[in-house]
Amino acid sequence: MAYVSVKGGEKAISNAHRWLEEDRRGDRAIPELSTEQIREQMSLAVDRVMAEGSCYDRDLAALAIKQARGDLPEAVFLLRAYRTTLPRFGASLPIETEDMAVRRRVSAAFKDIPGGQVLGPTFDYTHRLLDFTLAANGETPIEPAPQADEPQAYPMPTIASVFRHEDLLEHEEPTEGAGEPFDLTREPMSFPAGRDQRLQALARGDEGFLLSLAYSSQRGWGSTHPLCGEIRLGEVAVEFVPEELGFPIEVGEITVTECTMLSGSSGSATRAPQYTRGYGLTFGHCERKAMSVAIVDRALRRAEIGERADSPVQDEEFVLYHSDNVEASGFVQHLKLPHYVDFQASLQFIRTLRREFFERQAAMKEAAE
Amino acid sequence: MTPSNAPERYYNYAYLDEQTKRMIRRSILKALAIPGYQVPFGSREMPVPYGWGTGGIQLTAAIIGPEDVYKCIDQGADDTTNAVSIRRFFAKVADVETTEDTGQATIIQSRHRIPEKPLKANQVMIFQVPQPEPLRGLEPRETETRAMHAYAEYGLQYVSLYESVSAYGRIATGAGYPVMIEERYLMSPSPIPKFDNPKLNDSEAVLLFGAGREKRIYAVPPHTTVRSLDFDDYPFEVQTWEQSCALCGSEDSYLDEVDLDDAGQKMFVCSDSHHCAERREAGHAGPMAGHALDQSKEPAP
Repeated sequence: MAYVSVKGGEKAISNAHRWLEEDRRGDRAIPELSTEQIREQMSLAVDRVMAEGSCYDRDLAALAIKQARGDLPEAVFLLRAYRTTLPRFGASLPIETEDMAVRRRVSAAFKDIPGGQVLGPTFDYTHRLLDFTLAANGETPIEPAPQADEPQAYPMPTIASVFRHEDLLEHEEPTEGAGEPFDLTREPMSFPAGRDQRLQALARGDEGFLLSLAYSSQRGWGSTHPLCGEIRLGEVAVEFVPEELGFPIEVGEITVTECTMLSGSSGSATRAPQYTRGYGLTFGHCERKAMSVAIVDRALRRAEIGERADSPVQDEEFVLYHSDNVEASGFVQHLKLPHYVDFQASLQFIRTLRREFFERQAAMKEAAE
Repeated sequence: MTPSNAPERYYNYAYLDEQTKRMIRRSILKALAIPGYQVPFGSREMPVPYGWGTGGIQLTAAIIGPEDVYKCIDQGADDTTNAVSIRRFFAKVADVETTEDTGQATIIQSRHRIPEKPLKANQVMIFQVPQPEPLRGLEPRETETRAMHAYAEYGLQYVSLYESVSAYGRIATGAGYPVMIEERYLMSPSPIPKFDNPKLNDSEAVLLFGAGREKRIYAVPPHTTVRSLDFDDYPFEVQTWEQSCALCGSEDSYLDEVDLDDAGQKMFVCSDSHHCAERREAGHAGPMAGHALDQSKEPAP
């Protein structure tokens, strides 16, 4: 009897979940992966899960990755569903990326810029050849990277500071007396979206989706002709003002990746030609994502800058409503749930149409004879 | 009665924190005050995926208390996997009594059906809604559809129904059939079959609709006029079957079609599993009474 497939019941669910646990563990002859190992040795997966999970906690992200068997969107979902239950003490002060302890900072706009090009730990310029010694010995021979002779500049100048004396780049000054920033975890999406709402949505958005949108823009579907003004990776302090103290105290340090994309703007009758910016910021080391966010942010500024909109990347409802992978994954996969009640309604309708179709055909045939 | 939720008590009663519950309750009150209007709310991530009942679960979590009796169905049945999963969730996190008996329940959460037994004044019916916007299929932009509701500009919907009549000789929609609430707001009844639409009208129970992913709550208070859209010459009508339920013989319930083999053998059974069981207990029998499906219920764990 083929009937019971959707009527699983409690026992089937419990058994399926036990099987899932077995599969997660894999071959028991192989030592179990610890969350510490994931945290230390799969750090970029941890970074992505923290960024899209909107929760800066390396241990929880590592646990989510382990529990999700390495399925990162599933791990993001686990972390989000945990995060949402946490009490909220308040908002930190804005982080100051100008004061970042920089580990990596590159600019494609100038051969050299104040502070210098700092490559840092990057896959760039590696040859993507499988390193079989990693498989054979479990470790590559480690030669520690040599220390520089001189300490690097601190604070590290930003791309904005390079342009400052010439006014070539639009200014971004903090708005005086600005209200609380929009918070998507507390309020639903609303349109037209402010830049705060947009940047939050993009920071939480799926890396793959944003990468493809950015790519589509580069290929001419809403191009902004971006140039990578600056990417920086490093640690910033997080400060919080407890009500009872009334002054900021440092509550921790987080790693972030920041990207500024530059796009030329030929100006208008009232506005001098100038470079405009797209901005991307992520938790952890997520360079591909930060660059994609910066390109998409700039493309979505089209109304403010006065550009024509005819591509998906320039359409804020399209981009912002579809970038969240927890929403997207849930809704696409809900098609696995039974739909036989609505299908019955559709089936009845198609059967009626078919009956009428064949009746009409029969009548035509009769008439022709 | 399911044992209490020892490990889950790391979470608040009924999972959501009290501030979130308060926010949802305010949205529910607003929704009840403006029947059929979609109230945006700060929908939270839940421990089940979006599209799997997060809106309904948040509504239940916001209103449930230890005295409630909770029923959860999917496709009309209590034993479908997702209904079982959600029922277990509330048994755990809200220490609540659960039931399959429609008459006993104070809160009934549902996906895609309204039970056959008429709802009563002390009951709250909670619908899981995948797409709260009835106009979304006609207009993809939220900015546009909000304006259309604001101006009660529903011409596009009528044109779409007219096109259906001209193409198929009838209004084609079988589930999620649009309704007008108190002649003001066009509303999606969620993907219930149009068979269930008449049950929405002048209901004794409170009807709440929750869309978690789309972050909207809407409601139909008791004794509200709910009209399924139609034309004078193409009046609204519900699905009917030539067959009666193979197990209980019911002639006026919504039937599911069950394929018995690959040769076209099939049977029709009530989609409302409790309704069917209750009738069989009362001695009603259909042409295939005693069929293996009759015993398909598992003993309680």
